[in-house]
Amino acid sequence: MSNEAVLHGNVGVGHSHDAHADHGHGHHHETFITKYVFSQDHKMIGKQFLITGMVWAILGGLMSVLFRLQLGYPDSSFPWLEDILGKWAKGGHISAEAYYALVTTHGTVLVFFVLTAGLSGTFSNFLIPLQVGARDMASPLMNMLSYWFFFMASVVMLSSLFVETGPFSGGWTAYPPLSALGDASDGSKTGMDLWLVAMALFVVSQLLAGLNYIATILNMRTKGMSMTRLPLTIWALFFTAVLGVLSFPVLFSGFILLIFDRNFGTSFYLSDIFIASVGALPNEGGSAILYQHLFWFLGHPEVYIILLPAMGMASEIISTNARKPIFGYMAMVGSLFAIVVLGFLVWAHHMFVTGLNPFLGSIFVLMTLLIAVPSAIKVFNWLTTLWRGNIRFTPGMLFAIGFVSLFISGGLTGIWLGNSALDIHLHDTYFVIAHFHIVMGVASMFGMFAGVYHWFPKMYGRYMNHTLAYTHFWLTLIGAYLIFWPMHYEGLAGMPRRYYDYGNWESFKQFLELNRFISTVVIIVFCVQLLFLFNFFYSIFKGRKVTTLNPWGSNTLEWTTPIRPGHGNWPGEIPEVHRWAYDYGKDGQDFIPQTTPVGDNESHH
Amino acid sequence: MATTTVSTGSTKWWAGGKSPFNLEYGKVMMWYFLMSDAFTFGAFLIAYGTTRFATNGWPDPNEVFQSFPGLGAGYPLLFVSLMTFILIISSVTMVLAVHAGHNMDKKGVVTNLIFTIIGGLAFLSCQAWEWTHLFHEGAWWGHNPFPNADGTVATTNFTNFFFTITGFHGFHVFSGVVINIIMLIMTLTDTFEKRGHYLMIEKAGLYWHFVDLVWVFVFTCFYLI
Repeated sequence: MSNEAVLHGNVGVGHSHDAHADHGHGHHHETFITKYVFSQDHKMIGKQFLITGMVWAILGGLMSVLFRLQLGYPDSSFPWLEDILGKWAKGGHISAEAYYALVTTHGTVLVFFVLTAGLSGTFSNFLIPLQVGARDMASPLMNMLSYWFFFMASVVMLSSLFVETGPFSGGWTAYPPLSALGDASDGSKTGMDLWLVAMALFVVSQLLAGLNYIATILNMRTKGMSMTRLPLTIWALFFTAVLGVLSFPVLFSGFILLIFDRNFGTSFYLSDIFIASVGALPNEGGSAILYQHLFWFLGHPEVYIILLPAMGMASEIISTNARKPIFGYMAMVGSLFAIVVLGFLVWAHHMFVTGLNPFLGSIFVLMTLLIAVPSAIKVFNWLTTLWRGNIRFTPGMLFAIGFVSLFISGGLTGIWLGNSALDIHLHDTYFVIAHFHIVMGVASMFGMFAGVYHWFPKMYGRYMNHTLAYTHFWLTLIGAYLIFWPMHYEGLAGMPRRYYDYGNWESFKQFLELNRFISTVVIIVFCVQLLFLFNFFYSIFKGRKVTTLNPWGSNTLEWTTPIRPGHGNWPGEIPEVHRWAYDYGKDGQDFIPQTTPVGDNESHH
Repeated sequence: MATTTVSTGSTKWWAGGKSPFNLEYGKVMMWYFLMSDAFTFGAFLIAYGTTRFATNGWPDPNEVFQSFPGLGAGYPLLFVSLMTFILIISSVTMVLAVHAGHNMDKKGVVTNLIFTIIGGLAFLSCQAWEWTHLFHEGAWWGHNPFPNADGTVATTNFTNFFFTITGFHGFHVFSGVVINIIMLIMTLTDTFEKRGHYLMIEKAGLYWHFVDLVWVFVFTCFYLI
C-alpha cells in the first residue's frame, strides 16, 4: 500500500462524486434539512456562523444600549424598561445586578460569539476551501459539528438570561472568587453554571473548527498553491486557527478547576475568604491569581484570534480595490507570525496590578511593546499598498480602510497601556475600555463588515445596496470615534470601568454630560446597524444580481467558481494555480488571476 | 519576487496538490489535536506546580501511596509502578497492532488490539481501586487526611489536584479504550480490509501513546516529586 494511494484514497472520499456532480450521479438530491440545517457544505456552514453571529451581535449590542442608558441617564426612569426586563428594572430603572449582568453578557457574547465564532467562523469556513482550491473542508462532518456545538453553546448562554437569579454578572473575565462562590452574588449562582457550560461547548466548537482549518490549509491546497502563493486572508485564518487550538485548551483547564471550586468543595482559586451572609469559608491554599494566568493565557491570544481574520481580509480587500499588489507580502506573513508568537508571551500585561513581581512585569512590558513592531509593519504595508493606488471605494474597501484607521487609533493607546508604570493609573479605567473597543472590537467589526460587503456577491450571487452601505459606513465610523474617543479622557481622569453609578464621586460628576452624549451616539449607531441588517437580508432575496464571474476583478480562486457555486465549488476540475494572488497592474494588465500561467516575457517583480 | 517564478522541481512538497507531510488530513488533525491536548494537561500540571510551590509543606507521596491490594500498607509506590507498567505494556501492544495494520495482517491487529484494550481496562481498574482506597482513608475533593511531610496540617489542594488531574487522565484512558473497541469492531467487520488500509488504527495509536506519555508526566508530578 503506497502512501500516495492512501492520500488520494482519503482525500477523495466524499469529494470524488462532487467533481462530477453535473454528470448525473444523483448524489445531490438535497433536502431542506441537508441543505440549510445539517449542511456539510462549508459555504452554508459559513453563512450559519454569520447569521448566528448577527443574532448575537444584535442581542449584545442591545445590551450595551441598555447599560449605556443607565450611564447616560442615571436619574431618569424609563417605564418601558420594566416592561421588557421585569424585576431587573423596577420602576423603569435598571437594577445594579441587571447592570452587571448586562455588562458581563455583552462582553462574553461580543468577544466569543460574535467576534470569534461570527468572524473567523464565517470567513474561515467560507474562504478557506474557496481560496486554497478545495472542494470542501478536510472533514465536512467535523465542520458541521463545530457549528452545532456553537449553536448549543448559544442556546445555553441564551437560556442563562432567563433563570431566576439572572445571568452571570461578574465580568466577562469571570475572575474568582466572585465567579466561584454562588453565595457571593446572585449572578454567580445558576447563571454562572450555565455560562461555564456554554463556554465549554464553545471551546469544543473552536477546537473542531480550528483543527479542520489547519488540516485543510496544509493538506488540501490545489496544485501550484504553495504556501507563499496563499492569499493573506488564508495566512491570517491559518494563524488564527493555530492560536485557537493552542490557547483555548488552557482556558478549558482553567474552567474545569473553576467548576470544581464551585461544585465540589476544592480550593484551587480560593483562600481566606469571608462572606458577609455566610461567614468565614474553610477554603485554604488556593490562589485567585492562578485563574487569571490561565484565563489570560487564552485571553490575550484571543485578542489576536479576533483581530487576525480582520487583518487578513483587509489586506486582500485593500490590494484588490487599490488595483496594486499588496506591499511586502512576505513581511505581512512574517509579521502575522511574529504577532502569533508574541501573542503567547504577553498575557500578564493584563495583570500588572495584581501584585505581579515587578521584574516579571518588566519582561511582559518588553514583549508587549515588541508587538508594536509587527503591527507597525502591517500598518505601513497597508498604507503603502494604498499609496498612489487606483482606488475604488467600494463599501468593502471603505470598511477595510476604516479598519486600518481604527487599528492605528486603538493600537497607539496600546503602547500606553503596555507600560506597567502607566498601567497603575490607567488599569480598569475607561481608557482601557476605549483602547480595546477601538483596536479589537470596532476594528474587527469593521473587518467583518468589509468581508461581508466584499464577499456577499460570492455568498448569495447578489450585491448589497451601495447607498445603504455608504450610509452605514460613514455613520458607523464617525459614531465609533464619537463613542470611544471621549472615553480616553474619562479614563485619564481616573474614571473606573464597571461602575453602576458615578453620582457619588465629585470628581466624575463633570462627565455626566459627556456620558449622556456617548449614550446618545450609542443608540444612533445601534440603529444604523439595523440598516446593515436590512440591507443584508433584503439583498439576499432582492439584491441586484451578479452577472459576471469576477465582479471585483480579483485574482483569487473563489472568483473562478460559478456565480452560485454548488457543493464542491468547481463543476469541473479544480483549477491549477500559477502565481501569487497579487498580480494587479502588472505589465500593463489590470489584474492577472492566479490561474493564468506565467507568460514567457512576463516581467519579474 | 520569487513567487511568480515557474516551479520546476519534481518533489516540491509544499507546492500544493499534495500533503506537505505526505499524511492524509486525519493524521494532521490528530497531531494538532494532541498538541492542543498537551496544552490542556500542561495547564493543569503547571497550575499544580505553582500551587504546590506557593504552599508551605506538602504530603509525602511515599507515605500516601503505600498500599497494595491484598498485601496491605508498607509498599510505597509499588502499586502505581504496576499501573505504570501495565499502561506502558499496552503501548507496546498498540505498536504491534499498528505494525500488523501496515502489513494488512487482520489477525495480528485483532489480537494486539484486544491486548491493548485489556491493558487499558486493567489500568482503569487499578485506578478505581486506588481511588476507592484513598476515599476510604478519607481523601476526596475538598478533604485531605494526609499531613505534610513535616507533620504540619496540609491544605486540601494535594487531594484536589490529585483527583482532578488523575481523573482527567483516567477519562482520557477511558476514551482511548472506547476508541480502541470501536477500532476492534471496525477491524472485525472488515471495514479496513475493504478500505485497503489500517490508517485509523494508526490514528488511534497516536492518541493512545499520547495518553501514555501524559501519564509519565502525571506519575512523575504526583508520585515521584
